[in-house]
Amino acid sequence: MKGVAVTGMGIISAIGRNLNENHLSLKNAKNGITNPEILSTQHSHLPVGEIKLSNAELATILNLPENHSYTRSALLAVHSVKELLENSGYDQFPEGTGFISGTSIGGIDKTEQHFYDYSENPEYRKYIQAQHPGFTTEKIAEYFGLNGFVTTISTACSSSANAIMMGAQMIQSGKLKRVIVGGSDCLTKFTLNGFNSLKILSEEKSLPFDDDRAGLNLGEAAGYLLLEAEEYTSGRSVLGRVSGYGNANDAFHQTASSENGEGAFKAISKALNKAGLSGSDINFINAHGTGTRNNDLSESVALQRIFGKNIPAFSSTKGFTGHTLGAAGAVEAIFSLLSIQYGEIYPNLNFKTSMKETGLDPVTSIQNKEINTILSNSFGFGGNCTSLIFKKDE
Amino acid sequence: MSRVYINGISSISPQPERVFEGLEPHVSKENILHAVDLNYKSVIKPIMLRRMSKAVKMSLYCSKMALKDANVQIPDAILVGTGQGCMQDTEKFMGNMLDSEEGLLSPTSFIQSTHNTVGGQIALDLNCTGHNLTFTQNSVSFESALIDTQLQFEDPDVENILVGGVDETSEKFTGFQTLDGQIKKEKIRNINLYNSNTPGTIISESAAFFTLGSEKKSTSYAEFIDVGIFNSIDVSDISSKIQKFLKRNGVSFEDIDVVILGRNGDHRFDKYYDEIQNGIFSGKSQLGFKHMVGENNAVSSYAFWMGAKILKEKKIPENFKLNTLNCDVPQKILIYNQYLGRNHGFILLQSL
Repeated sequence: MKGVAVTGMGIISAIGRNLNENHLSLKNAKNGITNPEILSTQHSHLPVGEIKLSNAELATILNLPENHSYTRSALLAVHSVKELLENSGYDQFPEGTGFISGTSIGGIDKTEQHFYDYSENPEYRKYIQAQHPGFTTEKIAEYFGLNGFVTTISTACSSSANAIMMGAQMIQSGKLKRVIVGGSDCLTKFTLNGFNSLKILSEEKSLPFDDDRAGLNLGEAAGYLLLEAEEYTSGRSVLGRVSGYGNANDAFHQTASSENGEGAFKAISKALNKAGLSGSDINFINAHGTGTRNNDLSESVALQRIFGKNIPAFSSTKGFTGHTLGAAGAVEAIFSLLSIQYGEIYPNLNFKTSMKETGLDPVTSIQNKEINTILSNSFGFGGNCTSLIFKKDE
Repeated sequence: MSRVYINGISSISPQPERVFEGLEPHVSKENILHAVDLNYKSVIKPIMLRRMSKAVKMSLYCSKMALKDANVQIPDAILVGTGQGCMQDTEKFMGNMLDSEEGLLSPTSFIQSTHNTVGGQIALDLNCTGHNLTFTQNSVSFESALIDTQLQFEDPDVENILVGGVDETSEKFTGFQTLDGQIKKEKIRNINLYNSNTPGTIISESAAFFTLGSEKKSTSYAEFIDVGIFNSIDVSDISSKIQKFLKRNGVSFEDIDVVILGRNGDHRFDKYYDEIQNGIFSGKSQLGFKHMVGENNAVSSYAFWMGAKILKEKKIPENFKLNTLNCDVPQKILIYNQYLGRNHGFILLQSL
């Protein structure tokens, strides 16, 4: 399958405020993990991938009026969609551009900030609706005048991967000619305390796929891609193609992944099937690799089941950005497209010892080689497993 | 895409099912309406029930009933629309976290707070490893799930899809909706909703799930023709948007027999419905449902349930009538819903 053309992208994460900065950090193995400075929390010792711009600074950059009601996720998203718009070659999004945004918690940052203010302080009530993910998506849509097909997918950590999948299907079915897909999630006390209560946050920088891994670091980011139907791509630069996708449910546990990685196995199989590829066609895997005991083992087992002894080069970029939850699928889609564009494999940071159970070693330093086909995995709570395949445009 | 048939239906709302047959409706004196409790124990183990929030309970119950109705064991995909998700668990975790100033917290309510808890729990219960997505776009959450249904049916191997809408209420979070004017300031009875002439509405909890199939059965309810969503539309453009949507299905507004409308008694935004009730659909049978079951982000799934029943039973339910026009043999139904003037959804159903 030729796949759906990606004709624009934009990103903001803990390792950079645009594509170029993210690329330089990836290339130079420079991580963005620090203690929280913008997020106000009691757990200030827990490392996070935080974007060092306050909401007020973001609002100034975006020229928003003082009385705006953008959530932090909306601010990050608008910042990255602006970059997407600039490099897409359009002055503004043409009429009929669709928008599918993935997020795990939407604007719950506002709920936790103002939970006790609403009854006494009318000025904060503009954020009451912000709790629900659709509100954040609408704010982004409003900023860019997108008034048609606008929706939100919320499937925890696979949200934006699913948004990319659905967008590609909307283009292929002819329902849309052009659609912005991706996702945004910001750091919140709600998620930090939630993951902390599950005891899966590492107190050090995370060690994806390492035998001594002790949990994940949360992160925040927004990343979006523009997907366009074939008839609009002539004379435009096509950054890569979404050529395969698949979603499956692990149907094992609300938060834990199965030992045999059934959901992941099925999602990867579906994506390969959709792309018309076999395992040996994959040059590189951008793994989900969160750094938790459970995910990395389950994902490794799934990779062994798919690829047997010939597992392609793989790495997790969560050591750079932290786990950006609903945004992770889009962030890693963009990193995958950068890999294809520059012929670079970005390293799995902090790795030292292979897991006893599988003995698999990820890529640990930057490699330069031609990359044509990348598999990117995103798995979430609720057993939600999504795999995407990106190909070089030929 | 193959044609898509509604083969199984189930709903839970603040009204008993027989309100459709003409049973006197429940009258609520509060502006927040709770769903009637059904016999959950008949299909869900008591030990599981104790841990479940209302949204999960209602959804799992309706899912099992809708699958049974269609005689389907395991669907090929599970799609859920929920605008506000698992609010009860979100509220519990949020309250504990803030009150303890980020102290020691039990993870249970956090685990169950994610928006796709419902979809995940249904998959877990059915042991269904198929495609599983959750849409959370305000009042077009269910419609978004329906759009994904259409996409999944493009795969010829897909035979049955479970799709539904659900939203629950929770004490504080739903209460906040009174503060920002979403819920009416004055208490009203639900049956008087359309005479209120004030801002705001009445908020409720509900769930409705459906087994959609690529195969028509003798027991099928209706055919699901199409769905469309629009983030914002000017009142003056609503008629032309609807006509454009109908036209892409080869249908004229004159072909529509019944319109099911999301009027919710909020005088600021009911003008969208006025426009078409007094305009293109003035000569058609017009139905409302929010004076019966209240407003929530996924309640258009209840309208879908009504539409399926009307087309199968060929009967216009008296309790839901907005005008006196009748229709003996309803063949085409349009459902139109929006919330606060945004997130407009159109659904077209047809009799078999």
